[in-house]
Amino acid sequence: MAIDPLVLVFLSSGLFLGWALGANDAANVFGTAVGTKMVSWQTAAIICSICVLLGAVFSGAGPTETLGKLGAISALPGAFMTALSAGFSVFIMTKGGLPVSTSQAIVGAIIGWNFFSQKPTDTTILLKILSTWILCPLMAGIIAVLIVQLIKFISRRVAIHMTTLDAIKRIALIVAGGLGAYALGANNIANVVGVFIPVQPFPTLGLGNFTISSAQQLLLLGGLSIGLGVFTYSRKVMDTVGSQLGSLSATTALIAVISHSIVLFMFASRGLETFLLNLGLPTIPLVPVSSSQAVVGAIIGISILRGVASINWAVLGKILIGWVLAPAVAFIICFIGLFFLQNVFALRVV
Amino acid sequence: MALNLRLFQKTSDLENKVDSFFIKLAEASVIYRLAIRNYLKEGLSKEYTTHFEKVCDIETNADTLRSEIKLAIYSEMLIPDSRGDVLGLIETADEVFSLMKTSLWAFSIEAPVIDEELVPGYRKLTNMVVKAVDELATGAQVFFQSPHLVSSYLAKINLYEKEADKLSTNLKKQIFSSKMELALKLHLREFVDRIDSIADHAEDVADRLTIYAIKRQS
Repeated sequence: MAIDPLVLVFLSSGLFLGWALGANDAANVFGTAVGTKMVSWQTAAIICSICVLLGAVFSGAGPTETLGKLGAISALPGAFMTALSAGFSVFIMTKGGLPVSTSQAIVGAIIGWNFFSQKPTDTTILLKILSTWILCPLMAGIIAVLIVQLIKFISRRVAIHMTTLDAIKRIALIVAGGLGAYALGANNIANVVGVFIPVQPFPTLGLGNFTISSAQQLLLLGGLSIGLGVFTYSRKVMDTVGSQLGSLSATTALIAVISHSIVLFMFASRGLETFLLNLGLPTIPLVPVSSSQAVVGAIIGISILRGVASINWAVLGKILIGWVLAPAVAFIICFIGLFFLQNVFALRVV
Repeated sequence: MALNLRLFQKTSDLENKVDSFFIKLAEASVIYRLAIRNYLKEGLSKEYTTHFEKVCDIETNADTLRSEIKLAIYSEMLIPDSRGDVLGLIETADEVFSLMKTSLWAFSIEAPVIDEELVPGYRKLTNMVVKAVDELATGAQVFFQSPHLVSSYLAKINLYEKEADKLSTNLKKQIFSSKMELALKLHLREFVDRIDSIADHAEDVADRLTIYAIKRQS
């Protein structure tokens, strides 16, 4: 069964979002390692692309479903505008120098679609998502503090030569970066293709005994677009992150990446959810969270440990403004965009 | 895996070179003391020349190690976040070798005539200076493994340097209160300064080490 070319046109907004995610968020995972010359860009790009793709395909379904539940967008033009408005709001705010999260923008855009289509927003799911915006950096900060204490404990007891420690750090940065990229793919793939899942734009493919569903094809395509972003544009961003965070040591960077990876994985792992359920413990919601905020949370955690004075409150303020503005701007753009698509171009968006 | 093993091989080579550099510093300080003791006892003897040549050989080897360490750090992109500190430490520590060599060189060329009653003063000063260098060599090696333990070594270096200053002052007083000719007094004073400057420089290296250790612990 042939795919309608229009489907690819509508998917382009999501794939653009994936490309932007790969170009920007790969820097959260490998930026400091590349910037501090601990890992070469080629090594980082190859590992990052492969791991992002694996994460998206094998563990990306959980957060994607949650996002689908927030707003079950039923028409492809509607999904197109939702992804486009999220991407556009990220673009505007990045231009304005405000740190912004794709995860938060897409939530704002989906609520915009809900408003336009006059469908109720599931408040339980919304609250679940909103809680993760605080939980994610908080957990990253706590995990970072615990890792710092663990490293201090070990380094006081085990004498490792500086040069050996350097080799260990390099390998740890590669492993942590790989895990981080996997977690990024697993968690943030929902931002890229989540809104297209309910629309089911692709027919199920049959390959012998295997079948590949529309959702799986979307996850694969989204993963590829993130990988493309990593290969085509991440070098510049990684270099910038490396030089901007020049005051961070390789150890601090490593701790930030590990904490980020753990947190993103926690918010994407179905295995962990089942494990907690079996123990009768409260579960961690499977929600796409911001990788940038996870890294920022981890760095703030480490800074608090060194003394509150080392925190850059101006940067923190900017992040908080971005927190509020990103979903609000995406909401407005989506609402207006849907209006135009429906009334000017006569496309079915609901 | 091959990549990892190669990485560990490179860092292991660098580790050995750094350790060898500071072991050579300790070795040079011991031979320096033997050379001065020998000079104070017998003047320019064959034994003194052998010790002097040994110090020269060690200095040349240390120079080669310094170049190899520099090359490895930059060409293999090793320890990127500490390379400036490590090279700074090696470069300044290298100056200690040079000071020991030039001091012995001066003894062998100028052959100062040291009065019997001044000999204990020169010996004590040399011992104190060598203690400072020895402590520096150990402290630097410890810095690479356990930076939080470096402070006790650095405190000892400072203490030995202060003691060396006191001894050199007393020795100079003793020289200038004697009935020697002024030219001879000035000549002997220069040798006191030459020996004492080794401890002064060891203290400068220790000051750098203090900052590097704080940076590594933060």
